Amino acid sequence: MDGLLLDIGLRHFLFVSLIVFVLGLYCVLTRKNAIGILLGVELILNSANINYIAFSHFSSGNYDGQVFAIFVIMLAAAEAVIGLAIVLGIYQNFSSIDIEAVDSLQG
Amino acid sequence: MPLEASVFYLLAALTIGSALIVALSHNLVYSAFALLGTFMGVAGLYALLAADFVAVIQVMLYIGGILVLILFAVMLTHRIADVDVSNRTVGRIPAALILGVVGTVMGVCIGTAGWVQHAEPMVEPTTFGIGEAFLGPYILPFELASVVLLVALIGAVVVSRKELRGPTADG
Repeated sequence: MDGLLLDIGLRHFLFVSLIVFVLGLYCVLTRKNAIGILLGVELILNSANINYIAFSHFSSGNYDGQVFAIFVIMLAAAEAVIGLAIVLGIYQNFSSIDIEAVDSLQG
Repeated sequence: MPLEASVFYLLAALTIGSALIVALSHNLVYSAFALLGTFMGVAGLYALLAADFVAVIQVMLYIGGILVLILFAVMLTHRIADVDVSNRTVGRIPAALILGVVGTVMGVCIGTAGWVQHAEPMVEPTTFGIGEAFLGPYILPFELASVVLLVALIGAVVVSRKELRGPTADG
């Protein structure tokens, strides 16, 4: 048991990633604030990146995982820019970013 | 306690503690600032995994770019005074139940699966290898990424600019 806790391996990083993923999903599911939802998405993307780097380090032995992590970071930047632009547009039109106030398309 | 284990647990505690504040805080400003701790902790984990280049990219892009952008959006849309309604949450108990089940299943999978592992993890400077990979097998996605970023740039300007209404609006 002592060796299991002190000998840091792949599973330790996967567990950290799992906890961050669950917290991000909780954030996405429960928040009513559009920016709060985007924060949850960032947490989920970070947890996926931890997995990529951990498998690249412990399992694959090449750079594919790190290249994919860089692509994920790049797409996260694009997603944040577009998402926040949409949020600001919603705020200009509705004076609120509560996603339950923005249901004009609901029949 | 060996050095690697203590560093790992320190970084894991920073990451998870900040993620808890992000997910559970009642104030959106606290959530956004706590994201800084998560990003720093994750960058530290990358460094611990011998991914030096990705760790620096994480600090530069996530903390220097995305986090500043999110803080700007929070300050622009958020009336600081109405703290109570700023970060409303609904359906906490069903979400916690679902995520408890999902997390337990995934945790059992992580604990019991026989992961393929190399005997010796890769520990060497990564910048050269990543550059070779980007300009070799990943050249097409690498070029497409520049197009995606350009489209995102133009799209953000188009979406967030002030719209001029009426046929007589000029300029």
